[in-house]
Amino acid sequence: MKLELSKVVQGCRLGLLTAIEQTAQHSLDVPGCLLFTHCATVPHLTQDTLHTLSNLPAVTQVTLNCLAEHHEVLEEFKEGVRKFAGLHDTALYCSLHDSATTNPAGHITNKTVSVWGSGGRMELTVAKFMALQAAIKPDFYQSMADGETWQANTSRKRVRKAVDRTLAHLDECLILHQKTQELKQAKIFGVVEGGNILEERVRSARETAKRPVAGFVLDGFQSAAMKQDLRSQLITAVTAELPQEKPRLLQGVGRPDEVIACVEVGVDLFEGFFPFQVTERGCALCFDCTVTTDPETAGTSPSTVLESNEERPVVEEPKENGDSCPENMTRFEMNLNDKRYREDLRPLVEGCSCYCCKNHTRAYIHHLLVTNELLAGVLLMLHNTAHYLRFFRALREALANDRLQDFKRRVLQ
Amino acid sequence: MAAVESGTCEGPAGMSAVKRLSHAAPLALRILAECPVSKARACVLTLPHGPVNTPVFMPVGTQGTMKGITVEQLEELGCQICLGNTYHLGMRPGPELIEKASGLHGFMNWRRNLLTDSGGFQMVSLVELSEVTEEGVMFRSPYDGKEILLTPEQSITIQNSLGSDIMMQLDDVVSSTVTGPRVEEAMHRSVRWLDRCIAANKNPDRQNLFAIIQGGLNADLRKACLDEMTKRDVPGFAVGGLSGGEEKDDFWKMVTLSTDHLPRGKPRYLMGVGYAVDLVVCVALGCDMFDCVFPTRTARFGSALVPWGSLQIKQKQYAKDFQPIDPDCQCATCKRHSRAYLHALFKSDTAAMHHITIHNISYQLTLMRSVRQSIIEQRFPEFVRSFMRRMFPSSEQYPSWAVDALASVNIALD
Repeated sequence: MKLELSKVVQGCRLGLLTAIEQTAQHSLDVPGCLLFTHCATVPHLTQDTLHTLSNLPAVTQVTLNCLAEHHEVLEEFKEGVRKFAGLHDTALYCSLHDSATTNPAGHITNKTVSVWGSGGRMELTVAKFMALQAAIKPDFYQSMADGETWQANTSRKRVRKAVDRTLAHLDECLILHQKTQELKQAKIFGVVEGGNILEERVRSARETAKRPVAGFVLDGFQSAAMKQDLRSQLITAVTAELPQEKPRLLQGVGRPDEVIACVEVGVDLFEGFFPFQVTERGCALCFDCTVTTDPETAGTSPSTVLESNEERPVVEEPKENGDSCPENMTRFEMNLNDKRYREDLRPLVEGCSCYCCKNHTRAYIHHLLVTNELLAGVLLMLHNTAHYLRFFRALREALANDRLQDFKRRVLQ
Repeated sequence: MAAVESGTCEGPAGMSAVKRLSHAAPLALRILAECPVSKARACVLTLPHGPVNTPVFMPVGTQGTMKGITVEQLEELGCQICLGNTYHLGMRPGPELIEKASGLHGFMNWRRNLLTDSGGFQMVSLVELSEVTEEGVMFRSPYDGKEILLTPEQSITIQNSLGSDIMMQLDDVVSSTVTGPRVEEAMHRSVRWLDRCIAANKNPDRQNLFAIIQGGLNADLRKACLDEMTKRDVPGFAVGGLSGGEEKDDFWKMVTLSTDHLPRGKPRYLMGVGYAVDLVVCVALGCDMFDCVFPTRTARFGSALVPWGSLQIKQKQYAKDFQPIDPDCQCATCKRHSRAYLHALFKSDTAAMHHITIHNISYQLTLMRSVRQSIIEQRFPEFVRSFMRRMFPSSEQYPSWAVDALASVNIALD
């Protein structure tokens, strides 16, 4: 795995991650996001509907909580999750948890972590964790980690323990990784823990960086756990300890404003769960992520250029009509459950080229939500994924053209 | 194999009294082939939104959507016509909005043909508080509790707003297990309501109105209804009031009686039939069109249709079964995914349902295409025999009603 940085501006790293797998056919632009899945399927989507989207991320994320219960099946199948799930053209990253859901706390021991699948809790030792990776056969995966530091009032002692355990797990994972034939071509990412305690974050980063890892997962920074100021401060300290040439993947952060702030402190990769969360509350991403187009890049990526300001959809103030507003709705989305869209025959976002916007209206999506029809999830997931990927493309374009401040103003307005 | 062009009326002399409306009905039926043994036939039914090859199975998209499948996927499956339900769409989002969106075609962005039912069936089956009078069906809205009267005129007005290619008359539906004078009353009322529907159709030049033959399980009443309704110059006929829990022995006899008396030049639609065996037998009895929620509904419970029955994908036995649902199936699901993966995905995501829905629609449409091809190639009876051999482990397990029904049209099973 190789990260080629083409530009570093004000802490933001623009570049290309190559040689993600042994055959080196996939590359990933950074800053960028992975393709979020449930059991290797983008939620709601079949391969046909998914591939109506162009420029999909070259890396698909699978999670152990979905896959652990199928361990025996995967062992018998022998050819890994990619083939098991009928995926052809993608690299595979395996994480421990699914960032779209929160897990109950209090189930971590010195030797084990727990994941929750459809059948309930499963306890994983390092041996079991590595056996699972051998059956899944990802191109890269995070090492086993104790990330249970996100609750308010987590003590310094508990945070220190999380760092120690995670380092111990990493060492064990590395030993087993070397011995596992099935993982010969896979890469391992070390996990940086440390809760909200600066010294622990630094210690975790410094120690992890000493190990032979291909990249870093920054854990315990999820949106609900801390304010962005603190997150930025901690990540700044963490990335200062990490080698420039290895990628940093941040878990649990997906809001566009937080993504930008984290890119500014040196994060390269994000998980793609945010569009899924927006979809599940019946909302559509509609924030402006236009960049004033550079004449040189104009025409090469027309989909990042939206219509002029007058045509922009109304971004609702989430607090406006309190009772009808879905929980956790952000100002980057519109609530299609709202009656105001009942007779709105416009596409979700004017100028958007996704399958949903090209073929369907707000009124139709509203109708599908009101009648609880499965197609609502399909169409919203398509649009939200398209919009989110467009946001990342526009972010990279802004970095390339030194227009980050413009871009931020637009997104954050 | 003489091809017969139809669409103009050719009724008995006595029908001059009945208002002729379908002179230029937006429908043409071309019979490509008729089975020399049974009553099966293969036709091309041309409707305002393109041709429909019959015999045809029409998937049901109740609320203006095919259960998680996009219209593009449905087109790719080769679907030429699907259903929408007037009762549901009339309630939500309502005819005004759909009209504003250029009809149901525009609202759901479906370019091919649509058939809408009258709304009457759902009222009787879904709504407890419904009362049928000569004026119409009175029911209480499940959404706001208001009392609503659905008259034949209103049903047609809503269907005119939906803009479907085929509309169904409002009929007086009684459960097929009911007997006695209520059945006769409903039959006569359905005839009177047909006339009111014909008169109410504002778009006879672009929307076809089908009559529905009623009469319960009583051959005399069915015959009387057929006599009356075939006097009307409607573009097509449906056989209604069946597939509601009656004995299969009664069911097939009513079907064959109906096709015996329906005009050869018009399409025959058997409502609510969708099990593979029923489809094949009723094609032999002369029906052209079928609809049923079963294939798509059962898909969402993990039941995948195959030539030998069905697979319950969620059952443990498929957890390590790495073959496709049906190795011979050409659908997108079978070309990419294994039973084991679908089994696993059912625990994680709704996309698992979509995969099975696609497979099941593909199964139904492929079955009907094979039936049709065999009729055109004059080998339908042999097709039926091999279909039955594949579906049942042994001939002892053939349902006796199917054996009898097929024998009645000269197809002997082995």
